[in-house]
Amino acid sequence: MTEPLLELRALSTHYESARGTRVTRAVDDVSLTLEPGKTLGIVGESGSGKSTLALSIMRLLPPAARIVGGEIRFEGENLLTKSPREMRHIRGKRIAMILQDPMASLNPLFTIGDQIAESLRVHEGASRAAAWSRAKGLLQAVRISAPVTRMKEFPHQMSGGMRQRIVGAIAVACEPRLLIADEPTTSLDLTIQAQYLSLLRDLQRDHNLAMIFITHNLGIVAKMCDAVAVMYAGRVVEAGPIRQIFNKPAHPYTRALLESVPRLTDDNHARLPAIEGQPPDPSAPPSGCAFHPRCPQMMERCQAQAPPSVTVASSHTARCWLHLP
Amino acid sequence: MNASTAVVLAEVPRRASRRLSSYPVVPLAIIGLMVFIALAADVLAPHNPEVGSLGMRFRPPVWQAGGSAAHLLGTDHLGRDVLSRLLFGARVSLVVGFTAVVVAGLLGVALGIAAGYLGGWVDEVIMRLTDTWLALPALTFAIFLAAVLGPSELNIIIVLSCVYWTRYARVIRGEVLSLKEREFVRLAIIAGCSRLTIMRRHILPNVLNSAIVLATLMLGVVVVTEAALSFLGVGVPPPKPAWGLMLADGKRGLMAGYWWLTVLPGLCIMFLVLAANLLGDWLRVKLDPQLRQL
Repeated sequence: MTEPLLELRALSTHYESARGTRVTRAVDDVSLTLEPGKTLGIVGESGSGKSTLALSIMRLLPPAARIVGGEIRFEGENLLTKSPREMRHIRGKRIAMILQDPMASLNPLFTIGDQIAESLRVHEGASRAAAWSRAKGLLQAVRISAPVTRMKEFPHQMSGGMRQRIVGAIAVACEPRLLIADEPTTSLDLTIQAQYLSLLRDLQRDHNLAMIFITHNLGIVAKMCDAVAVMYAGRVVEAGPIRQIFNKPAHPYTRALLESVPRLTDDNHARLPAIEGQPPDPSAPPSGCAFHPRCPQMMERCQAQAPPSVTVASSHTARCWLHLP
Repeated sequence: MNASTAVVLAEVPRRASRRLSSYPVVPLAIIGLMVFIALAADVLAPHNPEVGSLGMRFRPPVWQAGGSAAHLLGTDHLGRDVLSRLLFGARVSLVVGFTAVVVAGLLGVALGIAAGYLGGWVDEVIMRLTDTWLALPALTFAIFLAAVLGPSELNIIIVLSCVYWTRYARVIRGEVLSLKEREFVRLAIIAGCSRLTIMRRHILPNVLNSAIVLATLMLGVVVVTEAALSFLGVGVPPPKPAWGLMLADGKRGLMAGYWWLTVLPGLCIMFLVLAANLLGDWLRVKLDPQLRQL
């Protein structure tokens, strides 16, 4: 087995209100591993802690949030002990990130070429000319036609899909080892989405890039990821290889999620199954297993005690009492 | 604004007259003329503005009885040529006005960006300072500072910059607060840019529009304040020709019928301020990103 590129060990990130009276466990005791060149999908409802997890890895949490425990090991080093200056050299250079909104991710006042060249100049001290010519190569890599003219254009002259591809080019400019994509396709329409995803896969293959793909779209996970982690109320309730999760989901929540995906083969008149109830208030999660109020297989034990992580198959874990005697 | 309005606007025929009317011709002409006068005052002025002959006191303008072609706009209580003084006065007003606006702008924009972007105690200190500053009546504060520093053109510029930087700091800080939450700033942080780089490359260019509009509007305020300080005797020291000073010198003659000593410099101040304000209003609309995207 290869050395993991990224390893989270019992990571917990909490939000504290100004007086410290209300604590929200946005990320709670999360352990995950990611090997070089692989893709890990993180799925979950809004507010399940996916984005906070990503920001914790980048160490870019808002002031109210604090990493209260655990370790983030990246290429064998613990990121939590790095100084802000060291983190700045890691961000963009070794870990890159793509944000949700491509329309707003580019500075409206600079040309495309300048913005791609910027991170090359910041991190590698490349000269203006060298950075510019590499930027041109990157634009070609993200399949933008006529890169020489496009380099001199401004973001408002581009379509949304092009802008998102440019954001992708900026992300891979410094050859990072890890790319975190936080719902990168939510604001794109479907055909552009498909193009963009295949572009990301090509970039991943060409640069041997590991990816963390945050989404709530299970179809994208199935297409893009090698492994998937399902988050619910700040915890990873199930994690494992993609086939295992899709074919043999071990946690009732995962099962419910998969059942609520519409299928073309289904009877058109049947109602789509939905998960009953509402996602829990993250600052006041239910006792025991956070999913118990909505779980069809709830037992008495679930209300009292949170289940530990159980290995159900090789590298497939679930937090559910169903799998414990 | 939706797409259909954008299309309609784009189809408006672009005849020369229409294009001309979309520029603020009047304010640009006034300011352009004043700049030209200020630059060429040495050539244009028929007399030395600071030396008069006492034998020629209180001559009316040429079109009034007793006026002479030698002094087109008459003479003042020391026999100095009013036209020459007005021409040189433009130089004082514009030099003081522009310099003070720019210095105050540099100071205010820098502090506003620092306060808005860095936040925390930096923001707290700068903004409390600004609040205190703004609580003082601007003119009273300016008179106090000018009295402490003593009258000279350089001191007037220092005083005006000290008084008016807070206006910029306030507005710019507000803009920065919303800018720093924008995705491209977050992306720059993610890309590992230092705070200085982000402020310089991503924040500053995005607030320049507002700063320019504000500067144009402030030009009027600063010119009036300069005139007021000169009028009150704590501004430009005599015998230098400044419009405010001319008003002060002429005010006693107003009741005696020497109207040209006060009305003419007053009109000059009015037109300069009016032009600056009109230009500022036009720029504000022109540079507003929401409207510009049409």
